[in-house]
Amino acid sequence: MSGMSKIVKTIAGITFPFVMIYGLYVIVHGHLTPGGGFQGGAVVASGLAMILVAFGSVWTMKKIKEKHLSVFESTGAIVFILAAILGLLLASVFFNNFLADGGIIFGDTVEPETNTGNINTAGVIPIMNIAVGLKVITGLFAIVLVMAFATTKMGGSKK
Amino acid sequence: MNYRKVVGISFFVVVAVFLFVAMLLSHQFGDPNYMQGEEINSNMDDHIIENSREETGANNAVTAVVFDYRGFDTLGEATVLFTAVAGVVLAFRRFHK
Amino acid sequence: MIAYNIPYIAVAALILIGLFAVVYKRNLIKIIIGITLIESGVNLFLITLGFRENSIAPIYTSADTPKIMSLPVPQALTLTSIVIGVAVLALMISFVIHIYKLYGTMDVRKIRGDEE
Repeated sequence: MSGMSKIVKTIAGITFPFVMIYGLYVIVHGHLTPGGGFQGGAVVASGLAMILVAFGSVWTMKKIKEKHLSVFESTGAIVFILAAILGLLLASVFFNNFLADGGIIFGDTVEPETNTGNINTAGVIPIMNIAVGLKVITGLFAIVLVMAFATTKMGGSKK
Repeated sequence: MNYRKVVGISFFVVVAVFLFVAMLLSHQFGDPNYMQGEEINSNMDDHIIENSREETGANNAVTAVVFDYRGFDTLGEATVLFTAVAGVVLAFRRFHK
Repeated sequence: MIAYNIPYIAVAALILIGLFAVVYKRNLIKIIIGITLIESGVNLFLITLGFRENSIAPIYTSADTPKIMSLPVPQALTLTSIVIGVAVLALMISFVIHIYKLYGTMDVRKIRGDEE
């Protein structure tokens, strides 16, 4: 598809960093507020789809190829499975939360009254949130990009 | 044509009556002990609500259920998402000369 | 009794409208929209099962303590169901694009060969 007019391109370029920051905030604070990996990943993928619609799929395919997107998606899947297998190796149960209540990175204990949230808690859960969020962002954007590029004259005219 | 129309409309009437009767006879929306007299079976959820702060250390009970108590389902869901993306990219592959 | 069960009636209405679109419509895109409506109805049913009266969300950040909380497990299962719905929708649309390139039409009866 071809791009849109100059006004639409300028406004999309200005609004895109705010959408990305809001989506990353929802992903990283998944263990304190409503949200998590899947919800924040959908928000960032919507912001990237806005860039695709405003600038055209031919321009976007020249900047980002789908070979580079598949590297990020596989990285997210490998980090998620590694965090699960480390629970099996270190504490003898699959998916064990081996960093909660005194681990290395995310190991503070939660105060027993209702508090305003400490980001340094909850063990393995923020690591899994970031891995799943990366996987959802690149996966959904790869679907939209491949489908939009295949219906142009340059992408789909081979038999 | 008349035979097909009669079968189609009767199928729809049977499904509609079944769905509406099932929805009106289920337990009441909200806390029970009203007219139907049944209870929500909530032993597992009461244990999760009370003990999830000490066991996992997360303030959010839904995220603790998704990633800690039921992490195996999330592994299966990540596999489904990966398979769907691989299938879509495979269907639009172009053979470069 | 009828005024209290309105979310359940909405679930039944969504499933019936989706089923009507799958059976009686001829365009392929309208059939896909009907399948998505059935999935939305099932997700709404899963969330409605876990509600308690006068309850708050099951989150402890800045919440007043002696209050009842809703059940968190049906909400977690609905998340998985929504993602699976998105995956099935993506694959269905890619197949519809290929069918349109091959046959030139999106009418189900012409593709099957019933009418010309």
